[in-house]
This record gives sequence, C-alpha cells and structure tokens, in this order.
Amino acid sequence: MPSTAPIETDRPSGDQDLEPEMPWVVVVWNDPVNLMSYVVYVFQKLFGYSREKATRLMMDVHQKGKAAVSHGSREKCEFDVSRLHAHGLWATLQKDR
Amino acid sequence: MPPARVKRTRKGDYLLRLTANERDVLRTLPGQLREMLTSGGASEDPGVQRLSPPAYLDDAASSEEFDRLVRDDLVAQRMSAVDEMERTVDAERVNEDELTAWLGSINDLRLVLGTRLGVTEEMTPADLARDDPRAASFALYAFLSVLEEDVVAALAG
Repeated sequence: MPSTAPIETDRPSGDQDLEPEMPWVVVVWNDPVNLMSYVVYVFQKLFGYSREKATRLMMDVHQKGKAAVSHGSREKCEFDVSRLHAHGLWATLQKDR
Repeated sequence: MPPARVKRTRKGDYLLRLTANERDVLRTLPGQLREMLTSGGASEDPGVQRLSPPAYLDDAASSEEFDRLVRDDLVAQRMSAVDEMERTVDAERVNEDELTAWLGSINDLRLVLGTRLGVTEEMTPADLARDDPRAASFALYAFLSVLEEDVVAALAG
C-alpha cells in the first residue's frame, strides 16, 4: 500500500479568526423630518460620541446628504442600523470600500 | 422666544408645561400610533414604511432578511413607548425614561405624518391654504416639531 500523506482534516482552529473581517460601515442619510437637534441627541446616546463629534456628523448628514457614523463587523453594523431605525433615522449598512 | 414647554428640574425630573388644548391633542397620539404600528409590514402607506426603512441600499434580499429579524422587536419597542406615553399623558412631571418614551412616540408620529405630507425642511403652515385637506395633519406635525425641540433640549441640556 502506497502511503499517502495524511489529509489534514482538522486545521488548527483560530486560523480564520485571525483574518481581518471585511469592514462594514453604517451610513445615515438626510431626511426632511428628523430635527437637527434630535439627530445630534441620537448620535450621542447610541454611540457615546461627544457633542462636537455628534454635531459634526449631523452637519455632514444635513449638508452632504449622508455621513458614515460607525464601522465594524457586519453583525455590529446591523445592530447599529436596527438601533438607528428604532430612533427613526434613515440608516443603511454597506461594505466599507 | 416663548418659555420651553419642558423644563428639567433640580430633582432631575421634567416639568411639562402644556395647555389643556395641547394635552387634548397629545391624548389622541397613542391611538393614532397604535393603528399605524399594527398595520405593520403589509402596509402600503409610505408613512408607515418610513418607520422601518431598508437596511441595505442595493440588496433587497438582505433587507428583507434584516426586516424579518428585527421587525417584531422594533414594533414592540415602539408599542412600549406608546404605552408609557399614554400612561403619563396627563402628568405634570415625568422622569427621564418617561420623557424618552414621549420623544420616541412624538418622533415616530412626525415621521409618518411628515412622509405622508411630503414635507420639506423649509415648509411652514403658511404654505398650505386654510381649506387644504392636509392642513389639520400639517398643524399637528408643526406642533409636534416644536414640542420635540423642547423635549430634546431638556433631555440634552
């Protein structure tokens, strides 16, 4: 019987965990209903951002039409989107290109 | 500037300075919102749809899957805020959690009304004729906008 190299079926676990996860990004879009003050309040409340950072993001939404408000794994971004939707903000997630 | 309708007290709760007419209007909110929330996923009403927008821009399948996973939870959260607001709608003082529930319900109703009315950021009640069928909805929307500014200022202050 020719000997064959053993097929490695059990790769050491953890290999895949070390690969960097594809980063995702949460985008909030401008809408004519949500108040500017309310949007700042929601960014501070949900993400713990300073008033300055939350205001800067809100101004981007207002003036440029959108802003990237959080990053991370797909799972984390879906969670953030669901919290933003619960607060009435128009949010989507996408791959961070 | 008129005095704010919502004022944070030294004790850390919030004083609601609302007229009898304003309370009458606010008492109608929970009923209106429950009707919108229970019409749920099957609703063709763009106002109601605005409460759960697609989570993905160009991926309808992922958006539907996301919606399937979160919708019940989202509706339950909104219903719980509506219940809380209804319970405290005549209160002179509310605590932070109760005021946060008011804020959620007020903003939800503004989203539905504003979307139905197709409001723009510049729109004022003067833009609609008195006999315009949308005038009553817009008046409610405008009142809720002013009230929400005061609620946010009190919570953020």
